[in-house]
Amino acid sequence: MTSYAESRETTEGKVFTVTGGDWDEVIAGHDPVSEERIVVNLGPQHPSTHGVLRLILELEGESVTETRVVVGYLHTGIEKNLEYRNWTQGTTFVTRMDYLAPMFNEAAYCLGVEKLLGIGVPERATTIRVIMMELNRIASHLVWLATTGLELGALSMMLYGFREREMILDIFELASGLRMNHAYIRPGGLAQDLPDAAVAKTREFLELMPGKLKEYENLLSGQPIWMKRTKGVAVLDVTGCLALGVTGPVLRSAGLGWDLRKTMPYCGYETYEFDVPVRESADVWGRYEVRLDEMRESLKIVEQALDRLAPGPVMVEDRKIAWPAQLALGVDGLGNSLEHVAKIMGQSMEALIHHFKLVTEGFRVPPGQVYVGIEAPRGELGAHVVSDGGTRPYRVHYRDPSFVNLQALPAISEGGLLADVIAGGASLDPVMGGCDR
Amino acid sequence: MTVPIPTTPTGASSGAPAEHPPSSPAGRGMFGVAGSGDTSGFGGLERRRPTALDTPRPYGEGFDEVVDALEAAYPAFDEAIERVVVDRGELTLHIRPEHIVEVCQALRDDEALRYELCSSVSGVDYLGQPDGRRLHAVYELTSMTYRRRVRLEVAVAADEPHIPSVTRVYPTADWQEREAYDMFGIVFDGHPNLTRILMPDDWEGFPQRKDYPLGGVPVEYKGVEIPPPDQRRSYQ
Repeated sequence: MTSYAESRETTEGKVFTVTGGDWDEVIAGHDPVSEERIVVNLGPQHPSTHGVLRLILELEGESVTETRVVVGYLHTGIEKNLEYRNWTQGTTFVTRMDYLAPMFNEAAYCLGVEKLLGIGVPERATTIRVIMMELNRIASHLVWLATTGLELGALSMMLYGFREREMILDIFELASGLRMNHAYIRPGGLAQDLPDAAVAKTREFLELMPGKLKEYENLLSGQPIWMKRTKGVAVLDVTGCLALGVTGPVLRSAGLGWDLRKTMPYCGYETYEFDVPVRESADVWGRYEVRLDEMRESLKIVEQALDRLAPGPVMVEDRKIAWPAQLALGVDGLGNSLEHVAKIMGQSMEALIHHFKLVTEGFRVPPGQVYVGIEAPRGELGAHVVSDGGTRPYRVHYRDPSFVNLQALPAISEGGLLADVIAGGASLDPVMGGCDR
Repeated sequence: MTVPIPTTPTGASSGAPAEHPPSSPAGRGMFGVAGSGDTSGFGGLERRRPTALDTPRPYGEGFDEVVDALEAAYPAFDEAIERVVVDRGELTLHIRPEHIVEVCQALRDDEALRYELCSSVSGVDYLGQPDGRRLHAVYELTSMTYRRRVRLEVAVAADEPHIPSVTRVYPTADWQEREAYDMFGIVFDGHPNLTRILMPDDWEGFPQRKDYPLGGVPVEYKGVEIPPPDQRRSYQ
């Protein structure tokens, strides 16, 4: 008989190297009385770690005695790269951080740059930003619901979640031309106006989504397996959340209704009517309920924002900051409008110089530093933006909620069962692109 | 690959640190401009060192109240606080490294302050700082009770980059201090497990420092070679 789990003797006892599919053999060679400790490596390539998260779990039987979290596998140096591009190009980089919430990354960065510049953006741009952020929140929560359903055995949920998310991605595509990595929100406003088709599509989505949310609830909420896998699992109370810096749905599931849209409003959130869903159970079930309710609240906000969407500019009037041309669709894709090209090439030398300066060199941002925190789907997304007065960011640091929240994984998994590590980890909703940046 | 030399830049007379690496050997940019460095001719922005600011009282916007409360709660206030800066509606307290833990403790526990949440810890490298203390650790604290924020800034020299860890007061600073160590080489004394977190364990150097090159290789596209981003021409 071949041995799938090789073992070797060490000073601390017998150590097995497990390669998968050989659990029986590990158990067979294991004396549960004298050697109770098993160290299991989970990830970084494991479907239930939401990307490249690595966990090292020490087990005693089925119970986890110690959890160590290893991150950094998706570190791409985005913050360093930002320092070598101009302020407008920065938005193209930050959108790639938390790839399930690109609009939030862009919004935090742009709000930071605008605060440094001391400018406000036109009303219409702010309203469209709110629409985009709330749609993005729904999309992000749908992915959370889909993947968590998959991990806990509700396979249909995974298909439904991604199916509805596709509609939101279609809206994003209509607005920005891209399904992800939009770079749609720019310092000073938006890359381009929201087309009427996108508004119609959003209305259509608003019609459809409440029924779908009901459907998910019918599918999961009464289901015994779902309840057993989530209720009383991975509990983290308010004290634990605050000590570990955990914000977002996890904090609200523990009973503290801290939502930056309400407590420190930005983008005019104080003018929208919506509730902050709160639960007291502090477990995976509570986080599930909070996220479902948040999707409903987001729909309410999107509806109000669509109603107040009045025609107007979507970029600041200041021609020293705003991109010199409106974008237009040509045969070879999106580019400068033909009228603008005709103007700079044939009529106005000054306009050509101005265009050249702004596009190649960018605009200058007065020196100083700001911190902007916004409520992303996973919690407080903070952008610490430093300028030295030049055309490029001096330093941009992202306080990503995935990074901070993951610190709580040992606290919520140690002492529990191995299977609950998956449910607990999923309930934190970590996105490694944001965590590792 | 050439590593930029950490000297005071000569491009703009006021010498803002982000001008590393200088885009031309003379450090004068493409247009050879001295003075404000505003080669664009518009904007009229004057460069100045952001750290040279020191806001006099009254600070306004409710910040006097915060500083008064801290003064009352923390007896060694005058020793600990180097400068108070109010800029763009944000309050920054520059703290001497040895006092950071006690200041955090006072900010967290005092009833009039109640900064329960440490939102963010990050680093900034102000290369070419006249006093040599180029590495700054920046803490963003949030008071959920009073719904306000404060920023603490601690500056240390690169050859003596020691700051006491605030993990005892704010456990959430654990990973964030590890990141600041990983990226800037700031050593947080008393941290339970100060190891690299985003970079590989055996990585050499601290990538976010300003004298650490971005790296990259030239890319050929349609017969033209495009240099890596940090070697492309740039404007000052």
